Amino acid sequence: MSVSKIAYVRTDEAPRMPPPVSETGVVGWVRQNLFDSVGNAIMTVLGIAMLALILPPTINWLFIDAVWTGSNREACVVEGAGACWAFVNAKFAQFMYGRYPIAERWRVDLTGLLLIAGLVPAAIPRVPFKRETVLYLLVVFPIAGFILLTGGNVGLSGNFWIGLAVLAALSLAVVALICRNAGIAPASPLTVVAGFYLALALVFAVISYDFGLRSVETQLWGGLLVTLVVAIVGIVASFPLGILLALGRRSKLPAVKLVSVIFIEFWRGVPLITVLFMSSVMLPLFLPDGVNFDKLLRALIGVALFASAYMAEVVRGGLQAIPKGQYEAADAMGLSFWQGIGLVIMPQALKLVIPGIVNTFIGLFKDTSLVLIIGLFDLLGIVSLNFSDANWASPNTPATGFVFAAFVFWIFCFGMSRYSIYMERRLHRGHAR
Amino acid sequence: MTPASSAEREQAGGGSGASWFYNPRVRGIVFQVLVVAFLLGMLAYFAQNAKINLERAGIASGLGFLSERAGFDVSQSLIQYSNDSTYFRAFLVGLFNTLLVAVIGIVIATVLGFIVGIARLSKNFLIRQIATWYVEMLRNIPLLLQLLFWYKAVLSVLPSPRQSLEPISGVYLNNRGLILPEVIGQPGSSAILWALLAAIAASIGISRWARKRQQATGQQFPSVFVGLGLIIGLPLLVFLVTGMPVDLAYAELAGFNFRGGVVIIPEFMALLLGLALYTAAFIAEIVRAGILAVSHGQTEAAYSLGLRPRRTLQLVIIPQAMRVIIPPLTSQFLNLTKNSSLAVAIGYPDLVAVFAGTVLNQTGQAVEVIIITMLVYLTLSLLTSGFMNWYNSRMALVER
Repeated sequence: MSVSKIAYVRTDEAPRMPPPVSETGVVGWVRQNLFDSVGNAIMTVLGIAMLALILPPTINWLFIDAVWTGSNREACVVEGAGACWAFVNAKFAQFMYGRYPIAERWRVDLTGLLLIAGLVPAAIPRVPFKRETVLYLLVVFPIAGFILLTGGNVGLSGNFWIGLAVLAALSLAVVALICRNAGIAPASPLTVVAGFYLALALVFAVISYDFGLRSVETQLWGGLLVTLVVAIVGIVASFPLGILLALGRRSKLPAVKLVSVIFIEFWRGVPLITVLFMSSVMLPLFLPDGVNFDKLLRALIGVALFASAYMAEVVRGGLQAIPKGQYEAADAMGLSFWQGIGLVIMPQALKLVIPGIVNTFIGLFKDTSLVLIIGLFDLLGIVSLNFSDANWASPNTPATGFVFAAFVFWIFCFGMSRYSIYMERRLHRGHAR
Repeated sequence: MTPASSAEREQAGGGSGASWFYNPRVRGIVFQVLVVAFLLGMLAYFAQNAKINLERAGIASGLGFLSERAGFDVSQSLIQYSNDSTYFRAFLVGLFNTLLVAVIGIVIATVLGFIVGIARLSKNFLIRQIATWYVEMLRNIPLLLQLLFWYKAVLSVLPSPRQSLEPISGVYLNNRGLILPEVIGQPGSSAILWALLAAIAASIGISRWARKRQQATGQQFPSVFVGLGLIIGLPLLVFLVTGMPVDLAYAELAGFNFRGGVVIIPEFMALLLGLALYTAAFIAEIVRAGILAVSHGQTEAAYSLGLRPRRTLQLVIIPQAMRVIIPPLTSQFLNLTKNSSLAVAIGYPDLVAVFAGTVLNQTGQAVEVIIITMLVYLTLSLLTSGFMNWYNSRMALVER
């Protein structure tokens, strides 16, 4: 047995075979994702059963059996009819503008366009002139929107102007006195105060100027217009207030801290409904006779205060995440408290809590629907109001209206949450290692 | 500069050249005095206006109205109530209705939320997608809209009592609500309740003893199964031994409506459904985030110690995930309780609808009524968060 013969020695590599059919393509995916174990297979079957139970009737109702055209309820009370889209079609303008006069609706459209013109460049990171855009959104747009929507021409009495002038003079005097006492050069603080009052006077002059627009009372506003007005004003007003409250809560001054804590915990502990009730029933009692707030404005105040407490907690979360070294570094650079907050702390803190801020905004946007309980007709309010229209009463009308309103709300909220995820990823990039 | 000299400087109000204006202490005090004075001034101004306005409108103030006759009916009441009862009794009715829907809603939302949250992490594509869509749909639509949808578009278009749906024999569903048979206990039936209580007490005792023994000796005891067996088995045994002393009184159709039985009003069902489904979507996200927060290394470490997947889940992942889950879960419970005030929109007689709605309109005492309502919610919030903080501190990581 000297020679052991090796029968076969492979000299080249075996040809690579394609993976078995059961591991690739649709079949492989299904096997791996849906039927990889007995338990999973059972779950899949259950899931398919659930979908089979829900989807076909829903799709039938929404699209196949739905009534798309028609001029009154006749079209929708047919046996076996699905969603009554003809109702939404007929009432669409009302759902958007409420009872805003038809001839003046271009003003709402224009306001919307102005808003989009500001929001789009502000939201897309690559577009330059961010500072100018934000200035436009926070100063120019609100004034323009106010004038367009209400008609401007606010009747400000002579007493108001005198009062403003007296207040300005008093403030200047106090500042001058403090400067003299403290031995500071008075020129620059005085310019700041004077500039502030001049700007204020300019704003009041503009909104009291008669542009020849017809005045439209807020009672006539409704639909998506009111939803957006309440949401945007609430968001814009609650943001600075929330930042101040968050700073107050972390302040070393005991009185400021106590006031902030009480304020925040109070608004967070009560439901928005009671806040709205309070602002609609109690607020008039707190004002002197003759001073009467508009119902929409009262709701706005309630919503803004409520949202600011939530915003404060979100911002506080961000502030807590900033290490102490950042504060000390700002101090070491010789920055004043507000400079340090504005230039060092807040940019970092706010970046950390963008998801929380957007979540608060989404919550606020959804909560605007509550104003219908105090008799304002936002999108949901005007949709439910139209159910009582005998011309369109049918078994499917309420469901159709709600599905439409839900879809509109969903688009806005879902869009905001996607945008926040996008921004979060983008801002996070610098820290990814 | 030595500490002493800086203290001297502060006391002197900035003697060494710097103005008092730049002294943080002085600035702090001045600022606080201004804030407090401003707030007190505003409060005084409001109070003065309110006093004048109330006097002019001829509205009484004080809490005397609570003992007056209410004179209105309430559609659901857990305690004895008629329109001859006082406003205070009406307040209690509203409060209990709020608590009822909040407690049941919290239980359902938690169970559903955990199921959906775990389903979102499922390896099964279909289940994961269904759970994701559930969450994305429900949490991006206002709760009020969902409530109105369930109430006006689903429950109101159910058939009339004569054409009631009967999903289970003796249970009827129609536009007046869900009608269940009433459970009537014969003499001796209280023994079943006592048996249930005894079984619960016994299973708590057993689990404590089992934990102690495991810590002392390492021996395990299936306390969960024994406890479940006791809680189900003992009352059942008593039920059979005492000769089944419980009757079901079925509701009967009489004229246009049902007579007898327990009626669950559609407002309650709509509110419960809306609150539970909506909050479950949020809880699902919390649960998902909590489970994802436990790093994969923990699972691997548990496997390398030889723990089976089920024990890993039970002993390693869930305890750590719960730590992350509990704090936000608390705020969801609070949200659900506060959101139950939306009942006013669909006419469920909760605290806001009964007290801040009807009572306020009848008495006109807006200030007192709104303050009491807000105080109740504040108290509920503080109690819930207090309890959850206590629970959280028990669960929290104990560090050296």
